[in-house]
Amino acid sequence: MVKLTNITKVYLAGDVPVPALRGINLQIQAGEFLAIMGPSGSGKSTLLNILGCLDKPTSGTYDLDGLEVSAFDEEQLAVLRNHKIGFVFQSFNLLRRLPAIDQVQLPLLYRKVAHRRHLAHQALVDMGLADRMAHRPVQLSGGEQQRVAIARCLVTSPALVLADEPTGALDTRTGHDIMRIFERLNVERGITIVIVTHEHEVAAYAHRTVHVQDGQIVSDEANSSPNRSSTAAEPSLGGGAASEASTP
Amino acid sequence: MSITDTIRTAFAALTANKLRSSLTMLGIIIGVSAVITLMAVGQGSQKGVTESIRGLGSNLLFIRPGQSQASNVRAAVYGGQSLTLVDTDAYAINDPERFPYVEGVAPQIDFEAAVIAGGESTRTTIIGTTPDYQYVRDFYVRKGQFLSDDDISRKGLVAVLGQRVAETLFPDADPVGKSVRLAVGPGGMIVFNFRVIGVMEPKGATTTGDEDDLVFIPLPTMQARIPILRNPQGLSNVFQISVKVRDRGDFARAEKEIAALLRERHNVDKDDFVILSQTEVASLKAAETEISQTLWAAMAAIAGISLAVGGIGIMNIMLVSVTERTREIGVRKAMGATQGDILMQFLAEALMVTLAGGGIGVILGISLSMLANGRTILEQSVRADVSAVSIILAFGVSAVIGLFFGIYPAYNASRLNPIEALHHE
Repeated sequence: MVKLTNITKVYLAGDVPVPALRGINLQIQAGEFLAIMGPSGSGKSTLLNILGCLDKPTSGTYDLDGLEVSAFDEEQLAVLRNHKIGFVFQSFNLLRRLPAIDQVQLPLLYRKVAHRRHLAHQALVDMGLADRMAHRPVQLSGGEQQRVAIARCLVTSPALVLADEPTGALDTRTGHDIMRIFERLNVERGITIVIVTHEHEVAAYAHRTVHVQDGQIVSDEANSSPNRSSTAAEPSLGGGAASEASTP
Repeated sequence: MSITDTIRTAFAALTANKLRSSLTMLGIIIGVSAVITLMAVGQGSQKGVTESIRGLGSNLLFIRPGQSQASNVRAAVYGGQSLTLVDTDAYAINDPERFPYVEGVAPQIDFEAAVIAGGESTRTTIIGTTPDYQYVRDFYVRKGQFLSDDDISRKGLVAVLGQRVAETLFPDADPVGKSVRLAVGPGGMIVFNFRVIGVMEPKGATTTGDEDDLVFIPLPTMQARIPILRNPQGLSNVFQISVKVRDRGDFARAEKEIAALLRERHNVDKDDFVILSQTEVASLKAAETEISQTLWAAMAAIAGISLAVGGIGIMNIMLVSVTERTREIGVRKAMGATQGDILMQFLAEALMVTLAGGGIGVILGISLSMLANGRTILEQSVRADVSAVSIILAFGVSAVIGLFFGIYPAYNASRLNPIEALHHE
């Protein structure tokens, strides 16, 4: 479903070109659950931005669901994001003043769709937030906020869900809850999920792990024993900053 | 994003920060209401002048006693007249053979007098004139009839009342056929009984005064009854002769030929009369109000500047708002908002602030104009006249300000890089 071929990305720091990605080749099949790992500055965020159609590669081709994305302009990319991609962020990125039901309707505002409220309601019920519809972000716990964000990402039925450190702002227990939701979505609904993380415990939920270093993929291996729900309550799952040091 | 969604989103954003939105709106409200009020006052005074000029009748020449030096024109307009014009001058001008372009001539004598009827009494101006007055001054009787040729030749004791005089003396009854007494002379010593034969149409104030506060009687009656108006030659002095000329193009010729006639009749080298055109009389009066009009115009211009300042205030707040909501913009873009969606969202916010401010400003401006109307401000009686044009203008200007000052911040917002926006702190 996703096919990246020889993707490079070069940023300009003043006049000095800084390569962020140098020749990424990656294929993701529909229904896969993939983790991208790597130290800070490895290029994993740039990779995620390109996968999410937020950024365009300097060279190379990106085939998403049969569409050649690297040739798209801003407007087309926006429409593509709306229809194909769902984002989940570390800091939730909910709009401060909106109640949950309106947060979830947000992506539907940018496409012609009927029954917006109904779809949003259903997505929130799926996330176990039936009694939180009218709550604003400040009235919700971190885990609840991230579940609202996941509902917002799922309401458009995206082909690809991209999660950038989705547990980074949550405590260990809640982090596992959220990962179990992703696992369930992948298993029960066959949704393709890509998670960027630097925590092995988080990556352990995925079926495949890709390591990125210096803008290149250094390893790509299947996870033979994915972290299943039964083993999820490991106490070692740490906060973002703490586990940074343990990253290879 | 659909238009209703855009409007709803903008409305939600504005109501989320009510104090800020209201303060932003305040600049526009003050600007628009000030522009509307001041334009209304300016237009009101303009209209007052125009109407009073029109009220004089059309294509008129006024002949008054006095010297013809330019400096004496003012004196001629405002009084201080010597008694050099006589009634026969007027009859000589009314000569279709010699002056084919003269359509009518009305000599007149004005006199202050008390008018009494029943228990009511009022002090007013009595005008002795001839039947032509109606046509010449374009001022007609509304009820009953005006002075007739018969009244002139009989020197009849008949009177036509101005609208206000009629109302004052006969508040409940029809004055026509009733009797009034005129008390003239020192201490009102000479009293005559007049029969009311008509009431004039309402006309209001013109450059020659309040035309509803007059009483008309036949000119010969006045001359016969009040001996001081007769001059040593046994002729009757008149204070003004109004001459209606067929066409404005005939003014110059009329002025010259009538002057020649009068010189010949008065047998003088130096003119003892002044001929003024209607516009000359009007312009002298208009000069007084012109100063105040300039003042109002200047004030309206300052109000316009405050409107522009209000617009800059909006731009400032919009720029702050875009910066504050950088992350929101990033999220919306990640969710699939196009540049156009973001541009419209912020533009809609700016437009809603200015249009709401404009709307409140229009209501406030109309209220202020109604409040100011008829009051005395800066020693001038203010007449405020809110025109549809000024409302449309003020509203249009607020919309343009919203667009003009909103488009830059909105454009900035729409051009934000979604990745940078999402990571904005």
